[in-house]
Amino acid sequence: MNLLIIFIGAILINNFVLSRTIGICPFLGVSKQVETATGMGLAVTFVMTVASAVTWVVQTYVLERFGLVYLQTVAFILVIAALVQFVEMVILKSSPTLYQALGVYLPLITTNCAVLGVTILNIDSKYNLLESMVHGFAAALGFTLAIVIFAGIRERLALADIPKPFEGFPIALITASLLSIAFLGFQGLL
Amino acid sequence: MEQSKLRMSSSPHQHARENTSRIMLEVLMALVPAATLAVFFFGLRALGLMLVAVVAAVATEALLQKLSGRPVTIRDYSAAVTGLLVAFGVPAGLPLWIVAIGAAIAIAIGKQVFGGLGNNPFNPALVGRAVLLASWPAQMTTWVAPFTFLTSATPLGGGARPAYSTLFLGAVPGSLGETSALALLVGGLYLIWRGIIDWRIPVGFVGTVAVFSAVFGGDPLFHVLAGSLLLGAFFMATDPVTSPMTSWGRLIMGVGCGLITAIIRLWGGYPEGVTYAILIMNAFTPLIDRYVRPVRFGAARK
Amino acid sequence: MVNFIKEFSKGLIKENPTFGLLLGMCPTLAVTTAAVNGLGMGLATAAVLTASNLLISIIRNVVPNKIRIPIYVVVIATFVTIVDMVMEAFVPDLHQVLGLFIPLIVVNCIILQRAEAFASQNGILDSIADGLGMGLGFTGALTLLGGIREILGAGSLFGIKLFGEGFQPMLIMILTPGGLMTLGLLIALLNYLRMRRTA
Repeated sequence: MNLLIIFIGAILINNFVLSRTIGICPFLGVSKQVETATGMGLAVTFVMTVASAVTWVVQTYVLERFGLVYLQTVAFILVIAALVQFVEMVILKSSPTLYQALGVYLPLITTNCAVLGVTILNIDSKYNLLESMVHGFAAALGFTLAIVIFAGIRERLALADIPKPFEGFPIALITASLLSIAFLGFQGLL
Repeated sequence: MEQSKLRMSSSPHQHARENTSRIMLEVLMALVPAATLAVFFFGLRALGLMLVAVVAAVATEALLQKLSGRPVTIRDYSAAVTGLLVAFGVPAGLPLWIVAIGAAIAIAIGKQVFGGLGNNPFNPALVGRAVLLASWPAQMTTWVAPFTFLTSATPLGGGARPAYSTLFLGAVPGSLGETSALALLVGGLYLIWRGIIDWRIPVGFVGTVAVFSAVFGGDPLFHVLAGSLLLGAFFMATDPVTSPMTSWGRLIMGVGCGLITAIIRLWGGYPEGVTYAILIMNAFTPLIDRYVRPVRFGAARK
Repeated sequence: MVNFIKEFSKGLIKENPTFGLLLGMCPTLAVTTAAVNGLGMGLATAAVLTASNLLISIIRNVVPNKIRIPIYVVVIATFVTIVDMVMEAFVPDLHQVLGLFIPLIVVNCIILQRAEAFASQNGILDSIADGLGMGLGFTGALTLLGGIREILGAGSLFGIKLFGEGFQPMLIMILTPGGLMTLGLLIALLNYLRMRRTA
């Protein structure tokens, strides 16, 4: 039951992009087309789930055991960077097709603050290993949901006759704002 | 009517201004019963709110179109419809300036920043309403009872459960234009008969709410008659700009709206979820259109 | 000295990281619910940016090109940890409010972008000037955004009530959608002014 609350909460209520505003850069940057947005979402989902598990292990069995908790930020960002490299290599070796689909997004993910954000939130929320992974997976699914919906709208907006000063970033931000308003409806769910 | 037998296909469509104004006039006509009953139940106060909202919406539209050097299109009545729908979604005791802001935001942020009618991804009236709900939650949820103007909770918001007949006529506390199921049904059926809206969205929407609430132990008839469901299902979810183009897409839109509404009503933090449900399905509309495509003309059916 | 002023001043207005380069959006949106939060977040970022620019400029000639990005990230993360601890010790209330977004300064694209685009190719003094200018430009943008949202959403500025009892604040401004909306409208306004000047 607890896992279900974490799961629904991270997707709908505390959606990373639309409620917490974490991961805005890729959300705005890689959302011009539905296909690329989906690819980015899948890559992020994979990395965030694995990163949640690995950083939890690092935190519990290395940082806390040896009294190095103050190194959390440095350690986590290194773990994430290494993980992204590793994932890139594994995918390249095992499935060239998947690499073709996700490859270009992987390096971008290192600086996606959603990944670092979720790993720190896991520790701050005192989740155990399983809860951390569910939280990471769900938060990433929430990110994917938001970016795919957003890309759908932006594809349509590309054809719209938007007033000049609003073209580009402003209209993207305002659209995101309206999407965020719609997601307010899930506040208080559960 | 011969014309209503024509099937609407997917875009591109030819646009004609005269057509927009004709449709919007029909929509305004369809809203007259609900507006009349709102004035009957909530007095001149309701009339004042509706007038202020319509004037604010039309003025904002004209001002912004002037500013951006575009043709002023207030004669197509679409801004008037948006203003009236914003007023329909507020309680009778709301300060006039708040409804004016709501109508202005509906037009400015909901519509004109995207380039005007036809380009907006979300229903403008609902954008206005949702912004007001998040901005002034206390004022937006202080409802008064009809005739007496005593503050009281809505049936959905934990207030007294009236008899079905009272609920059907609409003599209950609630937002101006949404209390009377009778008036909304008359207007909505008129629009379906005139071929202005597709029956699939309201039927899918209302049907899903009824079935879902029945399955989870609610009273389906009560859930259908209470709240903004009928107003949203007939007049807002059916907005041709922000709903899917295909028949199947529209059915999906209706069912999706119904599911989200029922979920928010049963387990959510708000007593009513129609506004958010339609906004979320508006957001899904481009994806629905993308994956639910009509068979190409001339292509073989499987 | 002329160069110092030039590198310093470009970040304030012309190449302002928020309004010009559109970098560092997450903290910009998340913490600007009040002017003081924006100011605090801005200054914390400016401190990290200046320090990392300085150190990266010093070590730029000894860092192997292939692994420069990981090294920059470690440098930045170290300074973020220091700032995090300093803030926890001296301004615990603000530290509490900014919370998660202090460690997230590490992945603020402004800092890595300045390291890569400027500090790794310029001298120490210019890099400090660039870091200070960009940092203060970011601070200014965040404070402005926080100020607007606080005035409309809470009726106050830096915690001081501006209006009488009759003022009913527009709560949405201090929620997430209000931040996205305000930033979108501000950038549109700047675009409009820029277009009028060139026209």
